Order: sequence, then C-alpha cells, then structure tokens
Amino acid sequence: MRWLLVKDLEILRRSPLLVAMLILYPIVIAALVGFALTSGPSKPRVAFLNQIPPEARTVSLGAENVDVTKEAKPLFDSIDVVRVKTRAEAIKKVKDGDVLAALVIPADVTTKLQAAAAGSFEPAHIQVYYNADDPAKQAFVENTIKARLQDANAAFGKKLTSVAVDYLGLITRGGQFSLLGQSFDVLGLQRAGVILKQLQAKVPPDSKLGKQLASVVKFAGLARDNLDLSPQILDAVGSPIRVDKTVVKGGNTPLGGFAVAIAVAVTLMFITLLLAAGALALEREENTFRRLVRGLVSRTGLLVEKVGLAAACSTAVALIMLAGLSIFVTIEWGRFPLWLVAVAAGAVAFGALGVAMGALAREVRAASLLAFMASLPIAVLALVPSSAVSNTLYDVIRVVSAAFPFKPTLDALNAALNRSGGIGLPLLHLAILTVVFTVAARIAIRRFA
Amino acid sequence: MQQPAATGRGREGAAAPILQAHGLVKRFGEREALKGVSLEASPGELVAIIGPNGAGKTTLLSILAGIQPADEGQVSHGPGEIGWVPQQPALYSKLTVAENLRLFARLEHCADVEGAVGRMLDQTELGDRADDQVSELSGGNRQRVNIAIGLVAGPPILLLDEPSASLDPRQRERLWEFILALAGRGTTVVYSTHNVQEAERYAQQVVVLADGERLFAGSPEELEEQVSGDQRAPDFEAAFVRFLHVRGH
Repeated sequence: MRWLLVKDLEILRRSPLLVAMLILYPIVIAALVGFALTSGPSKPRVAFLNQIPPEARTVSLGAENVDVTKEAKPLFDSIDVVRVKTRAEAIKKVKDGDVLAALVIPADVTTKLQAAAAGSFEPAHIQVYYNADDPAKQAFVENTIKARLQDANAAFGKKLTSVAVDYLGLITRGGQFSLLGQSFDVLGLQRAGVILKQLQAKVPPDSKLGKQLASVVKFAGLARDNLDLSPQILDAVGSPIRVDKTVVKGGNTPLGGFAVAIAVAVTLMFITLLLAAGALALEREENTFRRLVRGLVSRTGLLVEKVGLAAACSTAVALIMLAGLSIFVTIEWGRFPLWLVAVAAGAVAFGALGVAMGALAREVRAASLLAFMASLPIAVLALVPSSAVSNTLYDVIRVVSAAFPFKPTLDALNAALNRSGGIGLPLLHLAILTVVFTVAARIAIRRFA
Repeated sequence: MQQPAATGRGREGAAAPILQAHGLVKRFGEREALKGVSLEASPGELVAIIGPNGAGKTTLLSILAGIQPADEGQVSHGPGEIGWVPQQPALYSKLTVAENLRLFARLEHCADVEGAVGRMLDQTELGDRADDQVSELSGGNRQRVNIAIGLVAGPPILLLDEPSASLDPRQRERLWEFILALAGRGTTVVYSTHNVQEAERYAQQVVVLADGERLFAGSPEELEEQVSGDQRAPDFEAAFVRFLHVRGH
C-alpha cells in the first residue's frame, strides 16, 4: 500500500494543473474570506443638505444647549458625505447617479425639537431621496439612516429625561437655578419639610393650625419620598425596550470564526472528494485495477489507500489555509491539536464519500463531475438556518445533512476553532459516516472488475 | 454440460503439466459463461485459446489469473505464481517505463527490485525509453511494457489476453519474437487470440472454446485432421471454421 501511495503522489506531482489548484485554492479562499471579514462594506455616497441656520442649531433643554448637528455626527461615519447647497442640487445628484441618496435636514427641525422639549407632540421631519438602481445599496442606505435616526432619537430622549430628572432633583432637594442670566435659590421639599417640622414643634398639636401643619408635613414627606423614585422611572421611560441576549443553543461564535470554519470545511470537501473519487476511478481507467487486486493489494486496502491519499493532501491544504486565515482573523493556535483532529476526521469522512463516488462513477471525468455536483447541495443544505424554512422541511434537511460529512465536519471545526459546543459528537458522527461510505464503496467496487 | 474434448496426439509426449485447470464453471446470473472447462499446459509450452466472440476466452484467462473466482472447478496455481497481461495495457501513463516496472516489482515483493527492472528493460529492449512516460510510447511499446509487468516477478506461467490485437504487423512480429524467446527459456505461455493464424503458427497446443464449452485441445495439425475428411481445408482458418460448423457453432 505504501508503494501505491508513493505512486499516487508521484502522479499528482506530474499533474501541474491539479497541484496548482491544490496550492492556489486555499490561498485564494483564505484571502477572499480574510478580506471579506476584515473590510466592511464600502461607504455609500450620500448628498447632505443642512438647511438649519447656524444660529439655530442648538436646542435649549432647561439649562443645557444641545447641538443637533453634533448629535447627527455618527450618521456621517457610515456614509460618504457629499455636501450640497440646495435641495434641487441634492435631488439632481441622486437622479444622475452621482450619489445613492440625499439627506435633507429642514430649517425647522430644531424649532420642532425645541417644541417637543416643551411638550408639543409634532415630530421633527428630515427628508431622504433614494436612487433605487442598486437595490442592495439602497437597502444599505435605508438601514444605515434608519439606525442612525433611532440612535439620534434615543440620544435626544435621554437628554430630555436627564433635564426632567434635574428639575425633579431641584424640587426634591432644592438648590440653585439659572434662568435668563439670573440665579434663583429653590427651597426644595426636603428643606421645606425641615422648616415645617420646626414650626410644628412651636404650635400645639391639638390646635387647628397644628393639625393643618401636620398634614402639610406628611404631604412634604410623601412627595419627597416618591419624587426620589422618579429618576429610575424616567430612565425606564426614556429606554422603554431593552434587549437582553441569551444563547440557548450552540456557542457564542463570532461571525469571523464561523466563516473560517465554513471556508475550511468547503475546501476540505472539494479537494478530498475530487482527489479520492478521481484517484480510484483512475485505477479503472488505466486498466490497472484488475492487475492490482489479483493478489497484489486487497480491494479494501486499495480503498483505504485512496482515502488516506486524499485525506492527507486535503488536511495539509486545510492547515495551510488556516495559517493563511490567521493573518486576517484571530485563531487560537493553542488549540492546534483539536484543529488537526477535526480537519483530519472531516477529511477521512470526505475521502470515504469520495471513493464511494469514484466506485459508482468508474470514470475519472464522471467521478469528478459527480463529486463537484454533489458538493454544492451538500454544503448549502447544511447551512440552511432553522428559521428559513418550515419545521417539516427543516427536519428533512437535517436528516439529509446528517447523511453527509459536511455538517459534522463544520460542527467539529466550529468546536475546535471557536469553542462552540463539544467536539466528541461530531467526531463520532464522522467516524460512523466513514465506515458507512467505505462499506458502500467496497460494495460498489465489485462492478470495477 | 461439458462436451468431451478432442485430445491431441502432439501432447502425448509432453512433459508433466505445470498448469492444470479442471472443470471450471462460471455463471453470470442465468448465463453460464464457462461450462466445466479443463486445461493443461507443460513448461515452455505455448497454448492458444481460440474461439468465436463470447466463447469464454477472456473469462477463462481471468479465472486462471485469479481476477475472478470460478463457481466450480480448480486451478493448480495461485495468482502469485502466474503472470497476467490484460488485452488493454494496464499501466500508469503518468509514470515512466522504469517507474511502472519498479512499482509492480515492489508490489510483487521482488527480492531484487532494481535487478528485475533492469532485466525486463533488457528483455523488452526498452532500456533507452526507461525514463519516458508511458503516455509518450507507441502502442507496440506500451504492449511490451504491459507484458514486462506481467513478467517482472519471473512467473513460470504467463497469461496473455489477445496480446497482438492492437499492433501493426511489424510490432506483432517483434512481440512474437519476444514471446517465443520467453517460451524458449521455459516460461509457459497461455494466450487467447482472434487471429487463428497466430495460433497455428506459434502454439503447440490450441484450445477451442465456443459458448463456454471446450470443443478441442490439441495441436493445430490435429485440429486440421479432425475436419479434413474427404477434402482437406485449404488453410488452418478454414479448418477451424469448418470444425466449429461441424460442432454446431
């Protein structure tokens, strides 16, 4: 078997196209995945017209002045701003395709915000003009602006709450208050209560005045105690919905780490299937199969050799690929033994599937075509999320995915690379699939002779 | 049912057989491809298996070579003691001539791998092409490498399945020179052929198969005598066709 392996490696070496594919494939995939993970989407060009006069850019909230343009700054981090002077110019740029959208802030925005702070319910409006030539980018612009407006709304609401809390603090505890350049001392309920108690001590409790004073002191105490709770209540009203994330299944895998696991699993699948299926079919195409199995090598031995060849090559390629990806994405090198086990187990299972395909197809071209055509649906099915299809269909997809090595390979890699779940079950799954596909190949290979 | 085979006078003085196959039966589903075929061959003897298409020639050789088992019957030697050369060259086209020989010498567990490779290159006169990839060789040279691989372990018996089928007359001539030299050195050669002239010209024994039955085993002259009757056939091929006709094929 050793000499057969040496022979196959020599044949591989003499197939420059195949070797080039084996070397370049992981480099290209690693580079593509790496760049995709490290670079965000390009910023869309958006025309921006600010019609608020410079002197009206602040909204006065109690003692504090809020600069509206400063609050809108995060929006500009997400878009490439093209400043324009008129609304017509903004719309023309959108129509001409110079920009994907135009954002117009009308002059009355600050006035309406100021009115909102005073209790008015009329909201402030801004205008957005879109170019829908590129639906993907349009959706990106819409989502970006929507998200930033929500941020701005939340920030403004928080400011209002904060001002209200300050007022309530002043009423409860008293203190200095400035208005129109003049400073006032506000007594506050706390100090009013103290004064009232002092007065109460000097008035007979059974007198009419004493009874009235007692009820005023009681009211002041109740008002102070309850207003002390108001900041928490207002804070809750200012942020009415909060999102608490709880992971109930699987690990907390970052998107980058998961993408690495997918890239490695796809590479393993393609290379191992093509090599194993092609190498076995080649023995029949070269007429050497019958020569080998007449006592030189057993049929099972031949299958094991092909699985070993394909698994060894694809494992090497996958490890090179992981090393390449580690330039772009943080990968824990301390878990290298686990990567190796996951990659090797996946490669062996794909190798077994590959020899089964090679034994069925019997010709190199047919085997390669079968391996290639089977790979894509196997991978796609394994990546269908549970919420994307009905429960029944998802159960069917799960069963189909479980019959092929892609899903358990992905699970094993995800566990090894991203600490997502245990690795034992996927490895056991892969071992079972290896045995099943090797037995299937052993049965199918009877048709070879 | 096995037909009684004609026996050849030419084999009466033959040495003790080195290869013996007895009562070989092979079935493919309902069809019986071999119906109790027996065969004997002596050291250095050239045995030709002839017959019409579908007679069972390749099936008989593949059972003798150990590629597939017989449903019934026995063969005196295991596959390790018999060299086998398939009709289509069974070679790795991306490997060189020497690499192909070396690989099979190793798989055959030859004690002296390089010695066996050198010997085969000498015998096939392919020493100057040793480092050429098989894909660059002519059909004739590929067939020589194909035979050399069958011989690399030095088996006492060599089975050849239609060895000259794809060769031109010159290549065929050189091939037969090579095979005759082998037999001259004591190797028993059993070959199947559609070319009955090759059977008449080179074989000491011809075995006629038709529909899985052995109809005759003996020298070419004995076959001709069997069908000569009142009028002798003009040549061996005509005698062979007449023989098949007489036996109902």
